Amino acid sequence: MSVPHALLALLSESPKYGQRLQSEFEARTGKVWPLNVGQVYTTLQRLERDGLVETDGNGEGARKQYKIAPAGRQELADWLRTPPDLVPPPRDELVIKVLVALQVPGTDVHEILQVHRRHVIEVMQRYTKVKAAAADDDVALALVADAELFRLEAIVRWLDAADARLKQTPLPPRPAVSPAQTEAIPATEVSQ
Amino acid sequence: MTKALELRQVSKTYGSGANEVHALTDADLAVEQGELVAVMGPSGSGKSTLLTIAGSLEQPSSGQVLVDGVDLANVSRSQQAKMRRRSIGYVFQDFNLLPGLTALENVTLPLELDGASAKAARVSARNALEELQVAEYAERYPDELSGGQRQRVAIARAIVGNRNLLLADEPTGALDSINGETVMRLLRAATERGIAGVVVTHEAQLASWADRVVFIRDGQIVDQTVPPPGPESLLAVGDPR
Repeated sequence: MSVPHALLALLSESPKYGQRLQSEFEARTGKVWPLNVGQVYTTLQRLERDGLVETDGNGEGARKQYKIAPAGRQELADWLRTPPDLVPPPRDELVIKVLVALQVPGTDVHEILQVHRRHVIEVMQRYTKVKAAAADDDVALALVADAELFRLEAIVRWLDAADARLKQTPLPPRPAVSPAQTEAIPATEVSQ
Repeated sequence: MTKALELRQVSKTYGSGANEVHALTDADLAVEQGELVAVMGPSGSGKSTLLTIAGSLEQPSSGQVLVDGVDLANVSRSQQAKMRRRSIGYVFQDFNLLPGLTALENVTLPLELDGASAKAARVSARNALEELQVAEYAERYPDELSGGQRQRVAIARAIVGNRNLLLADEPTGALDSINGETVMRLLRAATERGIAGVVVTHEAQLASWADRVVFIRDGQIVDQTVPPPGPESLLAVGDPR
């Protein structure tokens, strides 16, 4: 969550005081991202330093009103259109756990997949409860819950696909390696 | 307390010899009144077989099925049929509405088949359609309704009268995600009023509307969720950067 851009978005509607920015930030993000007022003022100071917001020149601290500067409007427009990084390196912890499970003798990888499937669905049940309990007009909260639910659903679908793929294409049996052979492998090869 | 539905060591085998298929093996499942349970598994895992046996649409090869404490093996076929009409409501993926009847007539049908007067059946059916927010379409035929509206009518038909058990097989399969969510909200609302519900699905988001999710693999119930904590615990999660 980019707090500076969220504040610029709130200021793009009208000039506001820090306290109001804090309460509106929390309300508009479904109250999922708590934000203390100190963070709001620190961020506003940085935005002012960078020429993205301006003050009315009157008052100090809480009595200071902020408005978005033309450069701030441009920054906000650019940020909204900049895609988030969707291509992280493939080092997802769950994927790694499953890949490791394939190598551990005596481990039923389907059981490992089920443990994670159950856990993810339990978390999904909690987000669905959030959505079910939300007021009908709390669109922000529904959108936040939906985003998490779709993300978690994708994990379950990957677990289901992994289950099916491993049933369809069983792994070749691992060659038995004696302790003596393991010791004989040079350390550099093991680390790769 | 009597369970709305109880399956005890239920197995179902189709075919014999080399063609024998074990669709369900020693399945145990108990559902309380007011509880919504999702049965989740991939295609061919036995989840639909479990549902048809629970609804007495099919007989198990072995094991017991109890609906409201009554062992279905101890009641005659005609009594089972009566139980299906009176106590159990079914919702299917493709809605299964009769195309030659209006929405209202589709909902009154199970009551009339059960001997209710036409007038009493219409009153109950209209109430059910109102509950599902589709009363304004009462006189329309199924092909004059959208997919979401048809499924609401199908749910109204499943809950009309005094049903204790609602069984749904992929009830949102033909719907988009928002209409699918609406259907799950309505099924949840029905169970919160006291009906027991079992929903079969392969979709995690829909299963997450249930109080409990039971996982089925290769005809066996392998796992289930534990009741989730309240939503409050999630609201404090998050770290603004």
